[in-house]
Amino acid sequence: MNDISHSPSAAKATATKAPPEVPQESAAVPKMRAEKVSVHYADKQALFDVDLDVPENQVISLIGPSGCGKSTFLRCLNRMNDTIDIARVSGHITLDGENIYDKALDVVELRARVGMVFQKPNPFPKSIFENVAYGPRIHGLASAKRDLEEIVATSLQRAGLFNEVKDRLDEPGTGLSGGQQQRLCIARAIAVNPEVILMDEPCSALDPIATAKVEELIDELRENYTIVIVTHSMQQAARVSQRTAMFHLGYLVEEGPTDMMFTNPTDKRTQDYITGRFG
Amino acid sequence: MSEHIVTSYDEELRELARSIAEMGGLVEQQLDDAVNALLSTNSQLAQDVILGDRQINQMHYQIEERAILVIAKRQPMAQDLRETVAAIRISHDLERVGDLGKNIAKRALAIEDQRMNHQLRRGVEHLASLGLRQLKDVLDAYGSRDVQKAISVWRSDDEIDAMYVSLFREMLTYMMEDPRNIGMCTHLLFCAKNIERIGDHATNIAETITYLVTGKQMERAATAPSAG
Ligand SMILES: Nc1ncnc2c1ncn2[C@@H]1O[C@H](COP(=O)(O)OP(=O)(O)OP(=O)(O)O)[C@@H](O)[C@H]1O
Ligand SMILES: [Mg+2]
Repeated sequence: MNDISHSPSAAKATATKAPPEVPQESAAVPKMRAEKVSVHYADKQALFDVDLDVPENQVISLIGPSGCGKSTFLRCLNRMNDTIDIARVSGHITLDGENIYDKALDVVELRARVGMVFQKPNPFPKSIFENVAYGPRIHGLASAKRDLEEIVATSLQRAGLFNEVKDRLDEPGTGLSGGQQQRLCIARAIAVNPEVILMDEPCSALDPIATAKVEELIDELRENYTIVIVTHSMQQAARVSQRTAMFHLGYLVEEGPTDMMFTNPTDKRTQDYITGRFG
Repeated sequence: MSEHIVTSYDEELRELARSIAEMGGLVEQQLDDAVNALLSTNSQLAQDVILGDRQINQMHYQIEERAILVIAKRQPMAQDLRETVAAIRISHDLERVGDLGKNIAKRALAIEDQRMNHQLRRGVEHLASLGLRQLKDVLDAYGSRDVQKAISVWRSDDEIDAMYVSLFREMLTYMMEDPRNIGMCTHLLFCAKNIERIGDHATNIAETITYLVTGKQMERAATAPSAG
């Protein structure tokens, strides 16, 4: 039995959404585009026909109640769901117009172009230095040792971690505090210069200062990169993103300019969610 | 709108709206008294109005503080955010209306012993009743979150402006006719100007209500409402 319950109104809202054939308001080609993306975990459907554009050099936040499918959608964008045996993805997702689910596509290369910071920090069981250096090394971004050290230092700096760890780069990454591990993972993700960065609640374990640093970083990264961030903080979404997409029970219910979403959302579910009215 | 998960949050927003209604009622009363004090040269009533303005100022601070606390504690979003910002804006406009009422009361004291031309008196009375009606209507529109009513208040401001301009001309004529009218006319002219400005505050409140309910700023008509 399908145990995902969804209200008829949820289905209706999706049905009335503009079909993907309709030309977009902005002429620019989106960096990534998802069309009719559905995901099943075994026989349980977690995402329903999601259509979403990720515009280049912008930050888009994904919001919505726990379990609504934000992480699932994020993982579709760099094929991380491939690593989950029971996950089945259907629909169409492009990066610069290219189908990322194409059989001929090199998934390792895709994940270098579309980097990810996970909801739970997951440093490799290696030194702090190696955690950050690993990516640039396997992707051949640094030939000399000095270049590599440079990349590691700047990445850690940008993630707001350098000063805390500069004297113990040889110690294991797993020995850091939760918040430090999260920043280490951010440093690791940006070290390989991805084009798109997917961040799944990157600040959930961070204190306000570290959070501010990450938000500053996101702002800075936006100039050259495209960022998709999942966050449970409405204020954070309002601060860092230009666009916001609201998910509910596996459906994308509303997507639009962030300013609009937080002062005057159209969908009742968005309104209830962001104002703290969901029962 | 359904309730918040945190019930005390609902309480706080309700309390804000209730305080605005209360403050509005008080300001209306003050203004009514000020105009009566002026027209009937009742100095006791004028004194009461001047003293009563303190209470209005106090309510303004209270509402502002409460709204700031809501922002700090709850970080309101969407409708709630607009509700909170609207309370700050409206209480500010009401506080200014209170000041203008107090100014009229001060003028009432100043002209206490001077003879008032009957026709001018009628003119000021009429202008004041327009101003009071605007204030009352806009407060009703706030109470019932009625955008149509707010827009109609906003539109009616032209009437006050036109009325003010014609009263202004009339007073000029009196002053030119007989310089002994200058003292009285100057006082009345300031009172008329105060009432005209009260009309502007009512239109501000109408704009705030429109924003509060629709989430959109009221589109400015080609002719700005404050021509006086
Ligand atoms: N690996 C998995 N196996 C089975 N079901 C899964 C798996 N991952 C997610 N799901 C299910 O898919 C649905 C969406 O989960 P997802 O993790 O995408 O939600 P989310 O919006 O990221 O929630 P949260 O805010 O709590 O992180 C949930 O019902 C969840 O139980
Ligand atoms: Mg998640």
